[in-house]
Amino acid sequence: MTANLSTTSAFFALIKRDLMLSYRHRTELLNPLLFFVIVVTLFPLGTTPEKALLQTMAPGVIWVAALLAAMLSLDTMFKADYDDGTLEQMLLSPHSNAVLVLAKIISHWLVTGVPIILLAPLLGLFMFLPAQGITTLMLTLLLGTPILSLIGAIGMGLTLGLNRGGMLLSLLVLPLYIPVLIFSANAVDASLAGLAIKGQIYFLAALLVLSITLAPVATATALKISAE
Amino acid sequence: MTDAAAGLQVKSISCTRGYRDLFSDLEFELNPGQVLRVEGKNGSGKTSLLRIMSGLAQPLVGEVSWQGRKIHHAESSYFQDLLFIGHKAGIKFDLTPVENLCMAKQLHGSKSENGIEEALYQVGLYGFEDIPCARLSAGQKRRVALAQLFLTRAKCWVLDEPYTSLDVAAVAMLEELFTQHINNGGMLVITSHQPVTLQAGEQYRLVLPNTQLEQVI
Repeated sequence: MTANLSTTSAFFALIKRDLMLSYRHRTELLNPLLFFVIVVTLFPLGTTPEKALLQTMAPGVIWVAALLAAMLSLDTMFKADYDDGTLEQMLLSPHSNAVLVLAKIISHWLVTGVPIILLAPLLGLFMFLPAQGITTLMLTLLLGTPILSLIGAIGMGLTLGLNRGGMLLSLLVLPLYIPVLIFSANAVDASLAGLAIKGQIYFLAALLVLSITLAPVATATALKISAE
Repeated sequence: MTDAAAGLQVKSISCTRGYRDLFSDLEFELNPGQVLRVEGKNGSGKTSLLRIMSGLAQPLVGEVSWQGRKIHHAESSYFQDLLFIGHKAGIKFDLTPVENLCMAKQLHGSKSENGIEEALYQVGLYGFEDIPCARLSAGQKRRVALAQLFLTRAKCWVLDEPYTSLDVAAVAMLEELFTQHINNGGMLVITSHQPVTLQAGEQYRLVLPNTQLEQVI
């Protein structure tokens, strides 16, 4: 009983610490976010300002940019902890490592995923997305970005000990991101055409549940191997 | 296993780095009130041994047990009883000493009556509580990590080069703390290139790559 209670408080303490650290390094967080905004705003300049064309491209463009921005931000998840030894201390903690890893993933998502969701309506407007398209876009991002953080954490855990893990990370993680991209962009497309989007949303929700349950365990194991 | 197994048992462990054997068939037992000093040249495997003993690394063969259970066994209480401080201090430079120790305490789930302020006072960081660790000196950063020793109830301390960048006064303070810990039935595994002079407990010395423990005193 008391052990469970203290695991919960360690979980929240870790989220709080990571948020505090992110706040003290806020400029680092801006980088992936700027990338997201710049890619989407450059698109109309590079292709055409035509409304109908931009509208059809919007779901894909915004989602691809969000996905790449999420991948850019993965680097900050465990790297610093690995370098300064706090990761070792976390792995040696008597609390469940998977729970602590989940806390780290959640705080990572709060500072990288949530800003993307909040910026999406603005970028949707740039691309002439109508209101129902923007709502669906935000819904898919709300379900999708945590999946990106969770899957990315596994890849990050596996490539942590390597000197140049960046390349390998994209190779590992990108194929797993593709279903999220397909279903999300398709859901936004369908909502633009006035079709039902339940199927895609359920699928994304199922993926989210699956990755929440499995990714922390896999990441904890990967981290243990990397820390050795 | 016997019920009497109260400490750490290392059973025929071997370790390699690349194609080189660091040590093989290392076997010993460490019981409450005992100190083990691991010595050896640079690259002889001191840190590797300590990482295996702390459960961070896996030995090539053999196993490490705590109170008769393998340390990674689900019911083992090893990680509640262990405090490991390695080469990397394990503190965040962007956090203050108080914030760092708060987190360390939470992670270890320790319920010590000694407060964090008190621990910082003990390691001579009184007045530095609210300064980010990045602005402290190397020795002071080390002291932040070592302040955990005042906060923990862990029975087994595994310390890799704790004296690095510490001044004479801090080393004396640590040795006093170690003596107290040993006298209270604690265990200590330590590597150091500086002499360690403790006036307590049974002290053993392991000079890698030899695998025989020698009793000191």
